[in-house]
Amino acid sequence: MIPELAAQVVSGLATGSIIASMALALVLIYRSMNVINFAQGEMAMFTTFIAWTLINHGVPIWIAFGLTILIAFAGAVAIERVVIRPIERASPLTIVIVSLGLLIAINGLAGWIWGYDVHSFPSPFPQATIRAGPVELSAQDLGVIVTCLGMLLVLWFFFGRTRLGLAMRAAALYPAESRVLGIRVGWMLALGWGLAAVVGSVSGVMIAPIIFLEPSMMQGLVVYAFAAAVLGGIDSPLGAVTGGLILGVALNLMGTYVSFIGTDLRLPAAFSIIVLVLVVRPSGLFGKRSVTRV
Amino acid sequence: MTTRFGSVAPVLAAVALFAILPWVMRPFLTFQFAFAGAYAIAILGLTVLTGSNGQISLGHGAFMAAGGYVLAILARSAGWPPELTLPVAGAIGFVLGGIVGLVALRLTGAYLALATFALAVAVPPLIKRFAWITGGAQGVTLAFSRDSRVLYVESWAIAALLLLVTALMLRGRIGRNLRALRDNEIAAVSFGIDPVRYKTFAFALSAAYAGIAGALLATATAYVSPDTFGLQLSLTLVIGAVIGGLDSLWGAVIGGLVIEFLPLFAQSINVALTSLVYGIALILVMILMPGGIAGALRTLRR
Repeated sequence: MIPELAAQVVSGLATGSIIASMALALVLIYRSMNVINFAQGEMAMFTTFIAWTLINHGVPIWIAFGLTILIAFAGAVAIERVVIRPIERASPLTIVIVSLGLLIAINGLAGWIWGYDVHSFPSPFPQATIRAGPVELSAQDLGVIVTCLGMLLVLWFFFGRTRLGLAMRAAALYPAESRVLGIRVGWMLALGWGLAAVVGSVSGVMIAPIIFLEPSMMQGLVVYAFAAAVLGGIDSPLGAVTGGLILGVALNLMGTYVSFIGTDLRLPAAFSIIVLVLVVRPSGLFGKRSVTRV
Repeated sequence: MTTRFGSVAPVLAAVALFAILPWVMRPFLTFQFAFAGAYAIAILGLTVLTGSNGQISLGHGAFMAAGGYVLAILARSAGWPPELTLPVAGAIGFVLGGIVGLVALRLTGAYLALATFALAVAVPPLIKRFAWITGGAQGVTLAFSRDSRVLYVESWAIAALLLLVTALMLRGRIGRNLRALRDNEIAAVSFGIDPVRYKTFAFALSAAYAGIAGALLATATAYVSPDTFGLQLSLTLVIGAVIGGLDSLWGAVIGGLVIEFLPLFAQSINVALTSLVYGIALILVMILMPGGIAGALRTLRR
């Protein structure tokens, strides 16, 4: 009983850290432009297909991931410059619709290039189990957790300790003042898109071995990431990560132990969390409460 | 950004054209036009919601699902003819829309988009889970069939009626108050306009239209299934509304025709072409011509 519960929790943490990465990608964009990028999941799907193509051409898996991350970064910076820049100051409605346009176009492009068949995606981790006392843990789960949390630590260091990271935060929070200090705000926003895409593409290559590769693979994950970001507070990176981990574990435990929810009602459950948090406590667990001046 | 109905002459021309079409077209094309009419009704709801009310819904496929399943359940277990279920589908859509609309009052801009996106994704698994009433993943096959001309007349007659009702409504007090709330809620409220009443009504109305459209689609196909009403349908409705034009009710008719016929043309070249064209069109319309096709036509006419 207890060892099984522990194994379920660890497996939930693995899913949770993938959700957390995607949620963090959404939060990075939200903090810098007050926008939810609905295309974040599709961008991750597209880069996962690129990784798959590289691996199929004989590139070693970790080198393929490295190249994928570089491509994700460059692609997202280009998208920000070309598509988002012209509407930076438009109404939220316009930006939402343009990001939906990106979602649909990227999905179509992937369908055009790779088709709509379902492919299996190799896992970079061994198919072994590791025994910790009475608990059996899968190497796959542990690998996912270590990779995602490692990346989050690197980001935390980047935004907290490096000159560029601090400049990006300043540009996001105080654009006018940053410009006076000589920070190129427009480019900082584009870098933010690039970094978000990197974080998203990590979640893509981590989830692909579990749910298989196809153009609509990220739809469910994106909804979980929305729920995680809202739960943690959509402007809080710490909140996104916490929300993602809580959600991963909760969905896994509910799926296993609450027969009413099972695996079918996970998406409706995520939807309920989104609505409940937005109505009862819109700032989430860690977010700043927003105040409108009348 | 006022919602206009245009002058009388083009209206009469359009009505005449739509009345002649089914007698000169092949049955299969007539059938497709009937679909376009149903889509136009759902998009009309979105046009009111987004154009006049300033709210967005990426989840209107959910209300179409409600309408479609109301028809399926009443027709299968109570033996109702599909036409009789249309008012019920509309009423159920109205009630569900009113509930979602009350929640939507608390969500602005991107948050509403996010919640309705999640709604769109959550609906198919929800329908599958309650298989005892919905038939689960296989859906429900219905035991009636309708001639393509009957379907055509049903969808476009209802579309014309709802266009007229909506145009009159938006011209009067309701439309004025909605636009006032959309443009400056605080000012509108201080003039005594009740935001809860009007905004919730607009959401409920648009969901009622979606419910009717869902029932019409189910009438045409004599079949409902969970995956018909997923995210793809919801997003396609938004695409139709935006490309057609959000500040004109005619945009809904254009949008309905676009989302029915563009995929048919595009598919003959490549299955993925539809999405690619839709996505690029959404981006270009928002950046270059926010009034959509209807807006562009109006500019040309001047």
